[in-house]
Amino acid sequence: MSLIAITEVKKRFGDNEVLKGISIDIAPGEVVAIIGKSGSGKSTLLRCINGLETIDEGSIVVAGAQFLPDEVHLKALRLKVGMIFQQFNLFPHLTAGGNVMLSQMVVKKTPKKDAEAVARKMLDRVGLAHKFDALPDELSGGQQQRVAIARALAMQPIALLCDEITSALDPELVAEVLAVVKELAAEGMTLVMVTHEMRFARDVCSRVVFMHQGRVHEIGAPEEVFSNPRTPELRQFLGVQ
Amino acid sequence: MTYQFDFGWLIDSLPVLLKGIRITVQLILIGAVFGVALGIACAWVRALGPKWLKPVVATYVELIRNTPFLIQLFFIFFGLPSLGIRMSELTAANLAMIVNLGAYSCEIIRAGIQATPRGQFEAGASLAMTPFQTFWHVVLVPALQRIWPALSSQIVIVMLGSAVVSQIAAEDLTFAANFIQSRNFRAFETYFVSTLIYLALAILLRQLLAGLGWMLFPRKASR
Repeated sequence: MSLIAITEVKKRFGDNEVLKGISIDIAPGEVVAIIGKSGSGKSTLLRCINGLETIDEGSIVVAGAQFLPDEVHLKALRLKVGMIFQQFNLFPHLTAGGNVMLSQMVVKKTPKKDAEAVARKMLDRVGLAHKFDALPDELSGGQQQRVAIARALAMQPIALLCDEITSALDPELVAEVLAVVKELAAEGMTLVMVTHEMRFARDVCSRVVFMHQGRVHEIGAPEEVFSNPRTPELRQFLGVQ
Repeated sequence: MTYQFDFGWLIDSLPVLLKGIRITVQLILIGAVFGVALGIACAWVRALGPKWLKPVVATYVELIRNTPFLIQLFFIFFGLPSLGIRMSELTAANLAMIVNLGAYSCEIIRAGIQATPRGQFEAGASLAMTPFQTFWHVVLVPALQRIWPALSSQIVIVMLGSAVVSQIAAEDLTFAANFIQSRNFRAFETYFVSTLIYLALAILLRQLLAGLGWMLFPRKASR
């Protein structure tokens, strides 16, 4: 039984069809990397999974929550999947702790005391318990991204979507974020990540999806995809002959 | 020049002057609080609100921003009674200031909202917040922080503009100055004193708004 079922999804921006019929089934606990050139539709696909983009055809179902573009269905879907962004998108007027507490209190109506306890636990989980009272401005990029992960985790999602979460980071800060993601994967969290970290994809992911021109061009276990690319497009993307 | 300055009238006129100051302060406090609240509501409509409400708010904003404050005041105080809507001078003055500041602050606050990075809305949405919850809890405070200096200036402008409410006999500071001057015929001294009082009030108001901003918006601990 798949946790995330993406069936024949099509998406157009005006005349430009960016997703031309995508079907992927993701099982609970899977860690899926989506790779591909820019413009291949990988970020758009990820954004469709939690309803930041609408879809024109096909269906997306996450653990029984169907993606329909009304507030009730969107909320149900988004409670199941968390999302981490390339640019962190922390709320600048709230402390790290406040960032992690806000949606619990606003969406789940969790009492402040309980929300704070959860926030402390989640920040501890990403190694930032001591930064509870720091503003986003006072944190490094890597720390901000880890707060963003804690913020998503506080909503207890069953899957996390990661949209190039290390692309905006200085090279020396990439490792600390990937370490957190790796730990989540080891704990059994279902992860779908658009990434350019090929080594990470190879080491941690259970499956790799190569997207090309709005289609799933190749899909398979990382050893297969990376060691034995079947199509010229993937060979060219990976830089192998 | 043989004019002899005389400020002796000040002592006798102090109660009138103080009452005028009280009314002016009261007008601007009520005007600022409700005017900015109205401005926030209108800015939400214009930037993010339902489509059908947008033309209503746009009409209101353009109507107020393109007509003189004095005419707005006259319309409320002298015009509305024809429709059976009567109010005291002070209520009319309050209402006119709220309506006026509401329109101007709407446009200022809207600029702050529209400068919000898209990622903030997306982060709110991805955490299952509704668009309004995202606006209220995520977007509003940084938006206000962005435009706080401009909004503060507008509030001071409205405070100074409140001088015209004396024209409908609302007993504000300008009304008091006119009243005193018509008794003592000391125009220079009377308006000199009231100028100083307006100056002091404006500086005080700016300080108050700066302090409010300091409380409302987060600061780095290291600063």
